[in-house]
Amino acid sequence: MRVLLLALRRLGASIPTLLLILAGLFLLLQLAPGDTVDALMAQMGGGDAALAAELRRFYGLDLPVMARLGDYLWRLVRLDLGFSAIYGKPVATVILERLPATLLLMTASLSFAFAAGMALGVLAARRVNRWPDTLISTLGLVFYATPSFWFGLMAIVVFSVHLQWLPAGGFGDVAMGYTGWEAALDIAWHLVLPTLTLGLIFLAIYLRIMRASMLEVLSLDFVRTARAKGLTETRVVARHVLRNALLPMVTLIGLQAGTMLGGSVVVESVFALPGLGRLAYESVVQRDLNTLLGIVFVSALLVIAVNFVVDLLYARLDPRILSGR
Amino acid sequence: MRAWRLYARSPAALLGALLVLAVAAMGLAAPLLYPDDPLGLAGRPLQWPGDNPRFPLGTDPSGRDIAAQIFHGARVSLLIGFAATLIAVAIGIAVGALAGFYGGAADTALMRVTEAFQTLPNFLLLLLLVAVFGSDLRTITVGIGAVSWPPVARLTRAEFLSLRTREFTQAARLQGLGDAHLILREVLPNALPPVLVYASVVMAVSILLESALSFLQLSDPNVPSWGNLIGLGRNVLRTEWFVSAIPGVAILLTILGVSLVGQGLNDALNPRLAGR
Repeated sequence: MRVLLLALRRLGASIPTLLLILAGLFLLLQLAPGDTVDALMAQMGGGDAALAAELRRFYGLDLPVMARLGDYLWRLVRLDLGFSAIYGKPVATVILERLPATLLLMTASLSFAFAAGMALGVLAARRVNRWPDTLISTLGLVFYATPSFWFGLMAIVVFSVHLQWLPAGGFGDVAMGYTGWEAALDIAWHLVLPTLTLGLIFLAIYLRIMRASMLEVLSLDFVRTARAKGLTETRVVARHVLRNALLPMVTLIGLQAGTMLGGSVVVESVFALPGLGRLAYESVVQRDLNTLLGIVFVSALLVIAVNFVVDLLYARLDPRILSGR
Repeated sequence: MRAWRLYARSPAALLGALLVLAVAAMGLAAPLLYPDDPLGLAGRPLQWPGDNPRFPLGTDPSGRDIAAQIFHGARVSLLIGFAATLIAVAIGIAVGALAGFYGGAADTALMRVTEAFQTLPNFLLLLLLVAVFGSDLRTITVGIGAVSWPPVARLTRAEFLSLRTREFTQAARLQGLGDAHLILREVLPNALPPVLVYASVVMAVSILLESALSFLQLSDPNVPSWGNLIGLGRNVLRTEWFVSAIPGVAILLTILGVSLVGQGLNDALNPRLAGR
């Protein structure tokens, strides 16, 4: 219960941040050359100044900036993100349609990066400065330096074009008409390459942090005590070191949530996945600022939600956080 | 000098410096080796590397010399990376120094802004900036700098928080020196080493951001860029994969070099942590 209260308090603290973001975005849009009416007039093939003034009054664009900011915030509170002229639907609907693919991709990539990064980090720390450590650390450096979109393209060349093991893109074979488990397996099959591609750089970061954090915890007194009690090395690592070494890893999930969303823009466009990231790219190309703004808003909410979960996890892993207060 | 000896002790750090210097040399040599417009038509499109001695790295789908684009691209990548890093570090140090030195309301306000920037995914924010302000080279450089400063600000603030109460700062304050002197001459020089090490991370991320942007063809189309070339190679990926492969290797080696330099600097400036 206290865990939840603590996390809720942190959540409440993020409301001013969110307001600041929204006000900032609104002001940014004021700087954009031309407004909705200019775009409309251009579409209609021009018109006189009286018509423009009429339209501005109709859309409420003649009000002072502060009044419009208030109006904008009030609409967001009711989750009214406006209307997308390109898709002919409310922005909220368009985003909801695209959200599942991105959430699935992010969860898969995060799980892959976290699990593999943890395993490799533990391995490297157990053999510190010997060849397994050197090999793993070098791999980590190379993965960190690899641009994800390039890795994705090369993976397509190797695994889809030459070996023909995995599909080159898409979110499932619609033509096959799968249902139930078969459809789920099909989607999983299509997500293998995108997951590896998006997860690669995070794998590199996680393994480096895990290695450093393991080395740090391994040098603490309670580990020596555990060894002195005669515990086996495996038991010392599994029961005493791992849990403590995991704390920085969990912190990292919260910090990296936004970066991962940004990375999904590129990965989704490489693998033609119908997700939020590709929607963001499409709306930049089509100058659909309403949709783009909606995506940025939803992403901020997602990042805040991830950090809420991370706070809960953190308190479960480390009881000191609760007793400290 | 001592720092350099510590730095040169590590072969990885030397390799990193070598890579970065090689890329910089490529950028400098580009106008000499390839004086013609690298985006101009050079020969028959899609020639494989080695097929034609005139094009050691082949030609792209529009018949442009890939080697020329790689050399000119090195220039653009490093320039954008360096300028964006400079902007990010300048904003980050200014925000972090003011927040850490003064504390209180200034700290709260500045950290709220930092938090706001960190809550927004930086690539999405960059896309928004491009959508609003257009995609010429200057806008993109400023944009990348404007989305990359928050970690620098946090780092600087943490350093300032611990340094502003040290004895040497208090001694300077007792001599009646002003805040500007305290910040710039007393605290900042001591806070700088970790920030400079982190600048290498910012530079790596800046180069990656620029290449991702130009891969999506959202960067300046009139500038030769590695990411741009990878994006162009997508259409012929199934057969002429070399068009995308070659510039990717260039990006990988550049980022690797910058990261290794950063790691070497870290070990040289914080010798106690070496080997971690």
